[in-house]
Amino acid sequence: MSKRKAVYASKIKRAVHMLFYRRHKKPGVKGWELRKALGADYPKVLSILDEYLKPLDLQVKTVFEEGEKPHSEKPTPEELDKARFYITLRGDLTPKEAKMIGWRIDDLAGLAITIAYIISKKGKAPRKEIEELLREKLPGWKASLNIDRYIRYGYLSQDENEQLYLDWRTRAEVDQKMLMDLILSK
Amino acid sequence: MQSKKERAKIGRERLQRIIEMCKAVEERSLDPFLVDVDEIIKVVREFFPDWEHPEDLCLDAEAINRLASVIKLQSEWVKHRSTTLYTDPFLLEEKIKSLNREALVEAFLGAWHPIVELEQISLHSLKEALTYWESLPPLKDRWKDFPPPEETGGVASREELLRLKILRDKAFTEELENFWNELKRLVAEKGEDGKIKYWDFVGAETYEETVHRAFLTSFLVTYGYATLEVYPLEEEIFIKPFEKQQRRIGKKQLVSLPIAITREEWEKWRKRAEAK
Repeated sequence: MSKRKAVYASKIKRAVHMLFYRRHKKPGVKGWELRKALGADYPKVLSILDEYLKPLDLQVKTVFEEGEKPHSEKPTPEELDKARFYITLRGDLTPKEAKMIGWRIDDLAGLAITIAYIISKKGKAPRKEIEELLREKLPGWKASLNIDRYIRYGYLSQDENEQLYLDWRTRAEVDQKMLMDLILSK
Repeated sequence: MQSKKERAKIGRERLQRIIEMCKAVEERSLDPFLVDVDEIIKVVREFFPDWEHPEDLCLDAEAINRLASVIKLQSEWVKHRSTTLYTDPFLLEEKIKSLNREALVEAFLGAWHPIVELEQISLHSLKEALTYWESLPPLKDRWKDFPPPEETGGVASREELLRLKILRDKAFTEELENFWNELKRLVAEKGEDGKIKYWDFVGAETYEETVHRAFLTSFLVTYGYATLEVYPLEEEIFIKPFEKQQRRIGKKQLVSLPIAITREEWEKWRKRAEAK
């Protein structure tokens, strides 16, 4: 193995450790942390890792700060440094698999409704409206409990005026455009 | 012709209304285009020359600040409508209502790529844990400074409880009813409007006796022999006996009322009673 290849192999291993194992309260690693650990060429290391993960149906997901898209096609080093990187599933889960990882069908449907509604309301909606919408499909007592659960998991956040927003986990895990298209095309 | 004062008053009211309207749009996610920006600027400009006091200028600045937030919301609204993510909320709401949960889940799973994360211990934390373990002194060294444990409790006899004045040599119900009769008698003699001040009833020659009377009083109230009337502003509590024991009817929530019987309070009451 050439020296260059050996260096990249070692960097990929280090990147795998950092990305798979949770280091902070929230999963994922910030770009600047990766730069510090892997060097300035960490975007290249991540793109090689992404190729390795493809056959395993996994991917390296980049989430830019506050969900903002980079200003140009190619993100700047500053934008990458502020971004957060995660390992996510590349393909889809089947309903059976979703159940196996601890999600009830009701709770997933509720999450889908909540996220779609907030997107349609430009990223923010009153909690009361969402609770009413959820009550169409869920028992009343469960609507509020489910919203609290989505907040706890990081899918939503809530401000002091009881307005709900999409939070970091939705930005990392949900392809928002795809969700809207799929719901509307049903 | 309006006086200057009247004009300023009208101006303040209008600015206040503008601020409230902008706040409502911001906080309740209302359509930001409900706000007529040109009209508001006209109003702000119209009254600006009348402002002389700093408070009025602050109000003017707040109105402008709120208006700027609404303009920002309008800009975001336009930006959102121009993106591919825009969907009419009413259309979406109808769609959501018409879909069953299986279809919703199927749509969500097509767009959901959950994060993969492991929470197992890493080599680094294992190394740290080992270092900590090695530097941790043995339990016998760490605990030797602690005082020896107190003797474990035993069983107290009735005689002992009587001696400690925890139990009285009289049936509790009988004692409580005698105490109730005493309360009724004292209210008839010294009370007003069928009630007496709490401290005038529980207060006794000794502090210990006072605590015991307060203890019995709490049972009088709990068991429906009497009630408390609290006047928080005057900081006074009265106790009022019932003619017959009241049973708890309905689901009215009972409220606990803590009353501190401290030695200081008792001493204060003693001085007041002696002065009378």
